[in-house]
Amino acid sequence: MMWRLVILVSGILTLASCRGDVMVFPAEEEEKGTVQSGPIVGFYLLNEGNMGSNKCTLDYYDYSTATYTRNIYGNANPDVVKELGDVGNDLQIYGSKMWAVINCSNKIEVMDARSARRIGQVEIPNCRYIAFDGDWAYCTSYAGPVEIDPDYKQRGYVAKIDTATLEVVDRCVVGFQPDGIAVVDGRIYVANSGGYMPGKYENTVSVIDIESFSVVGSIEVAMNLHRILADDRGRLWVMSRGDYYDSMASLYVIDNLNGANPSVCEITDDEGRNVAVSAMCLCGDSIYYVGNQFSYVTYLNDVSYGIIDLDRMMVVNRAFVTDGSEQKITMPYTIAVNPQNAEVLIGDAKNYVNPGRLYCYGSDGKLKWDVRTGDIPAKVCFVR
Amino acid sequence: MIFCCVVFPLLTLAQEGESVWGDSIVADMREVTVYGRQSEEIVPSQRLAGGRLEALSSYSVADALRYFSGVQIKDYGGVGGLKTIDVRSMGTNHMGVFYDGIQLGNAQNGLVDLGRFSLENVEEIALYNGQKAQIFQSARDFGTSGSVYIKTRRPKFDDNKRFNLRCIVKGGSFGMINPAVVWEQRWSECLSSSLSAEYMGATGRYKFRYRRVLPSGVVAWDTTAVRQNGDIAAVRLEGSVFGRYRRGTWYAKGYYYDSERGIPGAIVNNVWRFAQRQWDRNAFVQGQWIHHVSDRYKFQLSAKYAYDRLRFLNPDTTLMYLDNVFAQHEFYLSTAHHLRIARGWEANMSVDYQYNSLSANLADFKYPKRNSLLVAFASQYEWGRFKALASLLGTNVFDVSLTESASLSRWTPAVYLSYALIRGGDTELALRAFYKKIFRMPTFNDLYYTEVGNAHLDPEDTQQFDLGGILTRDWYRGWLRHIEVKADGYYNMVDNKIVAIPKGSGQYRWMMMNIGKVRIAGVETTAETVVRPHRSLGLTLCANYTYQRAMDMTDPEDNDVYAGTYGGQIAYIPRHSGSVVANLAWRGLSINYSFVYVGERYHTSANIRENYEQPWYTHDLSLSYRHIFAKWRGRVGLPRCVTVALECNNVFDQQYEVVLNYPMPGRNWKGIVKIEL
Repeated sequence: MMWRLVILVSGILTLASCRGDVMVFPAEEEEKGTVQSGPIVGFYLLNEGNMGSNKCTLDYYDYSTATYTRNIYGNANPDVVKELGDVGNDLQIYGSKMWAVINCSNKIEVMDARSARRIGQVEIPNCRYIAFDGDWAYCTSYAGPVEIDPDYKQRGYVAKIDTATLEVVDRCVVGFQPDGIAVVDGRIYVANSGGYMPGKYENTVSVIDIESFSVVGSIEVAMNLHRILADDRGRLWVMSRGDYYDSMASLYVIDNLNGANPSVCEITDDEGRNVAVSAMCLCGDSIYYVGNQFSYVTYLNDVSYGIIDLDRMMVVNRAFVTDGSEQKITMPYTIAVNPQNAEVLIGDAKNYVNPGRLYCYGSDGKLKWDVRTGDIPAKVCFVR
Repeated sequence: MIFCCVVFPLLTLAQEGESVWGDSIVADMREVTVYGRQSEEIVPSQRLAGGRLEALSSYSVADALRYFSGVQIKDYGGVGGLKTIDVRSMGTNHMGVFYDGIQLGNAQNGLVDLGRFSLENVEEIALYNGQKAQIFQSARDFGTSGSVYIKTRRPKFDDNKRFNLRCIVKGGSFGMINPAVVWEQRWSECLSSSLSAEYMGATGRYKFRYRRVLPSGVVAWDTTAVRQNGDIAAVRLEGSVFGRYRRGTWYAKGYYYDSERGIPGAIVNNVWRFAQRQWDRNAFVQGQWIHHVSDRYKFQLSAKYAYDRLRFLNPDTTLMYLDNVFAQHEFYLSTAHHLRIARGWEANMSVDYQYNSLSANLADFKYPKRNSLLVAFASQYEWGRFKALASLLGTNVFDVSLTESASLSRWTPAVYLSYALIRGGDTELALRAFYKKIFRMPTFNDLYYTEVGNAHLDPEDTQQFDLGGILTRDWYRGWLRHIEVKADGYYNMVDNKIVAIPKGSGQYRWMMMNIGKVRIAGVETTAETVVRPHRSLGLTLCANYTYQRAMDMTDPEDNDVYAGTYGGQIAYIPRHSGSVVANLAWRGLSINYSFVYVGERYHTSANIRENYEQPWYTHDLSLSYRHIFAKWRGRVGLPRCVTVALECNNVFDQQYEVVLNYPMPGRNWKGIVKIEL
């Protein structure tokens, strides 16, 4: 009788448990905004996913149907084991291919830009950011050769990848923990962070000659450099993260790149304060940015939004959101401006472990729509 | 005492059993009940001891704790994987683990890895919600939201025996080999000693399988791989001396644990192998002395020194290189003074002093030191069917590091009540309730970890309300011998919860802050029965079920009905969980079946599909046979008894995860041979 009870109880629990098949990250559609036509047909959003969660996901917004679809990767590539991967760091479209730099999966996922179908992958350990020139892709990596002299040292490098064969054909060692990368005029510029060495951050941009693929110089900027952006006037915009104590995050512009002494100039706002930038994008004559500056003095994140005029090289607008809806954004993490209609997209990473949100503002600075994204919305790429 | 009566029938059973049932069931009946009680506790604990503890196929204390209600084990998988315990969803750091009455500390991260404590030398494991509901104990015993007491085996000698020697060899899946020796010696009527040594080695390799389908049901991908870098090699040495005299008892013990293990990481796309290693060395000496000065007054003295060294190495060149060594020292001294003021009225005062320090080979390390002075006042009153206990704990903590110093002083109360509705010879029905307010100090990692710590943290507060009852009934003849039903409802509040929140956009993007707020309502029920359908057949059945609703109340703004975190079930806490254990004993043969069920969970408090984790449930079976050699007396070298056992765990080979991307082992086997001299 007791055994019957055991079987009964186990049976009930087994039935009640509903342990079924587990799905790939399921695609979910939501209608957002209004149908728009034009050369830009949509955009991808790469969600980083918290480290170890393997929740890097890809979302897509289709302007022709005004639908936002979360988690498109699993449907497009059902046979890829463990899907897109762990911690998506960068996303770029070059030609017909889309390149997703997946940091903790040690790979660049190369997909067809229209269908997001997988073409192949490039194995690059601890890969960070990617840039293109001609037939080549250049990707920064923290995982360069190890030296012991006498302490353990590991510089980063830039990998040169054949965009046709997806083979790494060459490597060029740069500074410690290189992050942002940009190509200007036959040269690659790499922002070194030194982020693994708090207190001993790097402060240079390494300059690589594309022809010889070797370092030909370095430009001293500021500590703990992050992203780097080339404008159409031959200048570079470089973000410094600071150290959260005495040195605040700030933005610098490097001019006269090909001269003997490139000039480095710190950007300030109309009150002469430093500009903390955590993500920026170029649109026409402006750089749109979002910033969140953490300080060990206040223990708070100071959030900011602004527009920098490329000619005047200063902040001209510190409130491009006009309807007060930016109050809802807790951790602005990425920004993109649609060049076609000047819509501004801002990704809110919230607390990094829960789903983020994407906010779409019209050119008038008023909120058009917002949508739930994956964890840590990190990079938007428009598709033509 | 209210609860004494229940123990009695079990003892009667045991005496009868001596001749009929064979030794294993005797041991089982004599030493155990899951929900047994000690006379001084006014609210009973959940406990596992003796034969029943042995019968559960467990690799460690953590595995055995799965059978307690209200307990969630966070398990990273495998023999060497980290296993920590969370009771009633208040968080791992709120649990105190006591080894032979003295708390095991980890000032660095507040975690005690229960996977490291083998059951080989353990006599009893007990779990208390709030605190052990008795008053004669050290101040630290009053200082946690919940506690696990691990009691090591006390030497017991049959009549004229002077020594016991036990040799145990376990081996099985994961390339595991686990030999142990225990030598117990009786030096005099009042003095005995125990020496035990154990080695645990395993490759930690096991197959795991991931399978995903498309919404249409078509298999998207299905892959099987072997878990890597889960190996372990560990040595444990433990020596104790136990003494007693007319007016008291004392013990002293030394413990040494040394291990090297691989750290099996999270299985993510394109990363299936890991290289991280960890070396742990834990050593402590401790002692306790209880002396009855008179009928009215007794005292207890405890002392401990512990040294813990941890080295973590990440040689993987694709990640940040780490070779960190952390060393901790702990000194601890405690006195407790117990006074019987009048009939039924007792009081106790305890004073503890504790010193902790942490050093590390990290750049800009702050070398924190913590001095704690704890004072506890407690009183217990018994009036007929009614019992009450109240305690007040004063905590004074002084932290000093190279750059900061901080101090804290707080008083926290606890009240326990119990009332016996029925107190017959064989039936008992009692109600109990408790309230407890306590906090946990931020750990050294919370405060000072490079670029993540926050030296301005406040303690994390908990408040617990509990109301429950217990019904037991015993019979002396017939097939049904014992029934016990227990139920508790509780409501817990966790405030100022220390959580990592994002900061800026740097590489070290986390920052510890006191912002979390959790509200937990739950019900725990347990039913247990002992059946004797035949003279030589004994069946014990125990089932428990826990319902928990643990709501994240941190951010009222994040209140989306579906995806919001506000009101969402917190990470990894199932609403439903339970277990069933059945043991059938016939002469020397014993069959044990155990079933653990953990319901669906979410990886974060946003309870969306992407964060969904499947329920898991495992069935474990074990079969053991114990043979007693009747003519063992006087023949040195002949075994007194031999036990062989075979265990099969996760019989149906379920593929599951307790923690996201940390696959658990499927079906696995273990064989045990135990020889007692």
